[in-house]
Amino acid sequence: MSAITRDEVAHLARLSRLALADDELDHFAAQLDQIIESVARVREVAAGDIPPTSHALPLTNVFRPDEVRPGLAPDDALAAAPAVEEDRFRVPRILEEEA
Amino acid sequence: MTTPTLMPYDEALGRFEPVLGVETHVELGTASKMFCGCATTFGAAPNTQVCPVCLGLPGSLPVANAAAIEATIKIGLALNCSIAEWCRFARKNYFYPDMPKDFQISQYDEPLCFDGYLDVEVNGEVVRVGIERVHLEEDTGKSLHVGGATGRIHGADYSLVDYNRAGIPLVEIVTKPVEGTDRLAPEVARAYATELRELMRALGVSDVRMEEGSMRCDINVSLMPRGSSEWGTRTETKNVNSLRSIERAVRHEIERQAAILADGGTIIQETRHFHEDTGETTSGRSKEEAQDYRYFPEPDLVPIAPDRAWVEELRAGLPELPSVRRKRLRSEWGVSELDMQAMLNAGAVEPVEATIAAGATPADARKWWMGELARRANESGTPLAELAVTPAQVARVAALVAEGTLNDKLARQVLEGVLAGEGEPDEVVAARGLKIVGGDEELGAVIDQVIADNPDVADKIRSGKVAAAGALVGAVMKATRGQADAGRARELILEKLGAA
Ligand SMILES: [Zn+2]
Repeated sequence: MSAITRDEVAHLARLSRLALADDELDHFAAQLDQIIESVARVREVAAGDIPPTSHALPLTNVFRPDEVRPGLAPDDALAAAPAVEEDRFRVPRILEEEA
Repeated sequence: MTTPTLMPYDEALGRFEPVLGVETHVELGTASKMFCGCATTFGAAPNTQVCPVCLGLPGSLPVANAAAIEATIKIGLALNCSIAEWCRFARKNYFYPDMPKDFQISQYDEPLCFDGYLDVEVNGEVVRVGIERVHLEEDTGKSLHVGGATGRIHGADYSLVDYNRAGIPLVEIVTKPVEGTDRLAPEVARAYATELRELMRALGVSDVRMEEGSMRCDINVSLMPRGSSEWGTRTETKNVNSLRSIERAVRHEIERQAAILADGGTIIQETRHFHEDTGETTSGRSKEEAQDYRYFPEPDLVPIAPDRAWVEELRAGLPELPSVRRKRLRSEWGVSELDMQAMLNAGAVEPVEATIAAGATPADARKWWMGELARRANESGTPLAELAVTPAQVARVAALVAEGTLNDKLARQVLEGVLAGEGEPDEVVAARGLKIVGGDEELGAVIDQVIADNPDVADKIRSGKVAAAGALVGAVMKATRGQADAGRARELILEKLGAA
């Protein structure tokens, strides 16, 4: 049994806004399956008493003081925008409802 | 927009019981953003408070704002929550241009604070609203939709985005389902939001201005048939942005859902939008097609493990909470909860408190702020606290009345003068010549004349009809053009006519 189904890959592609053709789906599903199986090997050595790790460093509570620091000049901020209008990022219309 | 069929509220409540839930977003009043040093000033020119971190530029890394963590723990403590020993931020992935990173840093299954409650008072009864969780996240940018219907997304040709707000620390406070509110569900929802707002103010963590969006409420409502204990399908009404709208939105959803259920229909679990103008809600995106946010622990931020000693220090440093303060002021001022609520709604509690501190009696302070000044604030559309009169000036006017220099009518003229920028109360009194008609001698002369002019009335009073004195007091006030102490005039009249 594969670790990830073709349907799941199609779902992920949709969430990631990737338009994949049918043959691409087959191709990536197989590749992702291999990757997941490789990573899953970690599970073989992980015992029940070892909690899953989300961070590589054993650090907690790294904070910064609440101080204002200069940001980008407006021109720099907007430099990478696909289009600019009224000092705002102009983007294609959004079909979904407001989040 | 089709007008939905509604069931009259009383009928709806006769057949169904509402279950309520409120999700509130509060923007924290920190100087800098949640994960970067950008300023958070409201109303700045578009995209002038942005940097590589909050624009999601490659290679940038977030670092959590210590003040935001502290504020969130304070909120949790004030809401009687447990504070997590250890928790993480999480990425909430979604494609929407209001977040340039294509994800929002939030918290998922490990909120910073959880399992608390807030007591609210409705019609003199205490309702305990359970708090499920309080977590920390970042606010999104603001989109302006151009073309199509103004401001709405549907029909927009394109959107213009300002990222000044993106990354401002946002606290989300989620209630547990509230049952048993019965017909008071709309009032309970409103009272909860009101109390929460007062609490945020007392903690000093946010300016909680609903009209500017620094406090926003989403309202969950479901109905269950009377006698059933199984919750119905709920709807979530988004961004209800005034206290009054909260009440209206809950009421509308109850009437709308009841009509559908009674007709044999089913409620769709969906997001709905409240319309301020009509008081109705309309369908937004339905939960069935809701997004899969693929939450996972945020790898760029290390876990938070609040030191217990620090948490206890914050607990010890909490200010007097609003409900406790109200109870104390109520007993100190000798007012009912209803009067206190009226003062709260009018924004009069602080001015009254300051006026008492400046020497006025609680009754006088309340009388002026809730009477004449509230009326003038109302007329000019100014918040009470922003009227051009200080608590010390109000206290001085009250003192002038108490010592007999002014009566209420003259005092109102003095306040008018102060509000018009004519100076301190004493200056207005002098400049406008507003002194009461002086001592007993001066007043006595006026009274003698009035008695001589009204022999019939005087006879009535002599024969014991004390109530008739009112007519003579009126005549005295008229003769002095209102500049007499009516109480003293009455005493003198009765004395002179042997009826005292
Ligand atoms: Zn920034």
